[in-house]
Amino acid sequence: MNAVVNNSPTVGIRYSLTRGAFSLDIDLEIPMRGITGIFGESGSGKTTLLRCIAGLETRGTGKLVIGGDVWQDRTRKVSRPVHEQEIGYVFQEPRLFRHLSVQRNLEYGQRRTTIRHDAITFDQTVELFDLQHLLDRSPADLSGGEAQRVAIARALLRSPRLLLMDEPLAALDSARKNEILPFLDRLHNELQIPIIYVSHHIEEICRLCDHLLVLESGRIIAAGDLQSVLVRLDLPLLSGEEAGSVIRGIVSDYDENYDLTHLVFSGGELLVPGRIGDTGDERRLRIRASDISLCRDHPKHSTMLNILPAIIEEIQPATGPMLLLRLKLGSDRMIARITRRSCDLLELQQGDELLAQIKAVAIRN
Amino acid sequence: MSEIGFFSFPGAGPLWLSVRLATITTMVLILIGTPLAWWLSRTQSRWKSPLEAIVALPIVLPPTVMGFYLLVVLGPYGSVGRWWVELTGETLTFSFAGLVIASCLYSLPFAVQPLQNAFESLDNRDLEAAWTLGASRIDAFFSVAVPQSARGFLNAVVLAFAHTLGEFGVVLMVGGNIPGETRTISIAIYDQVESLNYGAAHRLSAILLVFAFVVLLFMFVINRRWQRQ
Repeated sequence: MNAVVNNSPTVGIRYSLTRGAFSLDIDLEIPMRGITGIFGESGSGKTTLLRCIAGLETRGTGKLVIGGDVWQDRTRKVSRPVHEQEIGYVFQEPRLFRHLSVQRNLEYGQRRTTIRHDAITFDQTVELFDLQHLLDRSPADLSGGEAQRVAIARALLRSPRLLLMDEPLAALDSARKNEILPFLDRLHNELQIPIIYVSHHIEEICRLCDHLLVLESGRIIAAGDLQSVLVRLDLPLLSGEEAGSVIRGIVSDYDENYDLTHLVFSGGELLVPGRIGDTGDERRLRIRASDISLCRDHPKHSTMLNILPAIIEEIQPATGPMLLLRLKLGSDRMIARITRRSCDLLELQQGDELLAQIKAVAIRN
Repeated sequence: MSEIGFFSFPGAGPLWLSVRLATITTMVLILIGTPLAWWLSRTQSRWKSPLEAIVALPIVLPPTVMGFYLLVVLGPYGSVGRWWVELTGETLTFSFAGLVIASCLYSLPFAVQPLQNAFESLDNRDLEAAWTLGASRIDAFFSVAVPQSARGFLNAVVLAFAHTLGEFGVVLMVGGNIPGETRTISIAIYDQVESLNYGAAHRLSAILLVFAFVVLLFMFVINRRWQRQ
């Protein structure tokens, strides 16, 4: 399946590889801008795919074309050795060189880079990841979160044209994760190179990524921009407890009295707890499917802050107790999880106009 | 007995010869042993075990047996010795060059095994990280594998040097007892004992005893310090 973003150069990735019972068969194109998330369960081939792209996996056949340059084409015997591919790789573990200081670790890739593209200087990188006070330390004296920040900065200083990140937060506890996430937000905002971000945490993907690929048993089963893939009802992987949608809103007001931020999106106005930005800022909101309920008439007394008109676009055929609906609010889409019983009682049909009660949670961006 | 300038006590010549032999042997062994140990630590080849056994042979083989075979091979009518005579006009046996070759084979396991152990305990993931940071295989070897195996290199150097310094049987078989050419310290001690010069034998033996102890002490202290880090 192809995710083609027209009118812009892309990263073309095609690989097939068989290893025992597992086979990987990928043919995709990803945009040169923004973060592409690859979501899949353990064993779906996410890491193998990244290793193929980086050239670390030498078995199998494949082709890698970045912005028109063919870097690998194993059928035509074009194959750059790993070190000649301008690809940055952030592994699950930091893999810092223990015999070198943090500073020397950072310089390792930089000193071996001859062509500098989107030149981000050493000082800028150190500042971006807040590493100044760590430079003289040995990797052994860093916390897990600090070490991973150094690892990301080190990969960036190699001046890559493509950055691969293989669950960089997987080995960290949630406190450490929250320590790193703001740095990844910055990366997203300030970097112009394409990033492929592998994760099996949908929360991370929702927060960081612009595009989403869903990988299952070595095949891409869905691809596209984040928001549209998230609201598909035919992907079991995205239909579980974690099902939800992402919308972008512009901060319009802040209610000091109740500590609520007002955001405007195509379907109306949403109130979100806390102060999440200044007027005019764009923010991402994640709305879990289970945080939406539906009603035919405007409820007179409801504790839900947000009650907005919505149209039912699709109802998931289901036999279990719960089912998913895709709603259209303005030009945005959300998914809601309700019981099959409620769906029957309210006689919900595709195309119905009704009211959605929504609890939204902001995710920084 | 030919004495070298600043050493002028009896036995200084053989001592100096031994040190020279051990230094050259150690350098050659690091040069040859490093790629060999690297290959052994990385290969899946079926030749790995036979090769490991060959490398380890000098540990169990009596030096006289090794010396005998070397004498045959390196001698002017042996396969290697004949070729050497054609090339240089000199014989390998009973010469310093021959001693170097014999010592390299004799001390090979003492250089290869510590290096192989060090390389085997290296984390391949670090090497992968180095490649993705733009380091070629050779570059990654020198900038990541070698520094992370520093302990293995130290052990290899110390063991190969000390072991060469103390060899006797192989030297006697291949090199004989030519002052300034093949009379190493252990041969000199044997000589003094044969001539009932117990005083001289004592002095030389004491030098080797102290040296061996200091070297081993140094190695254990360094290893312990590194282990703590």
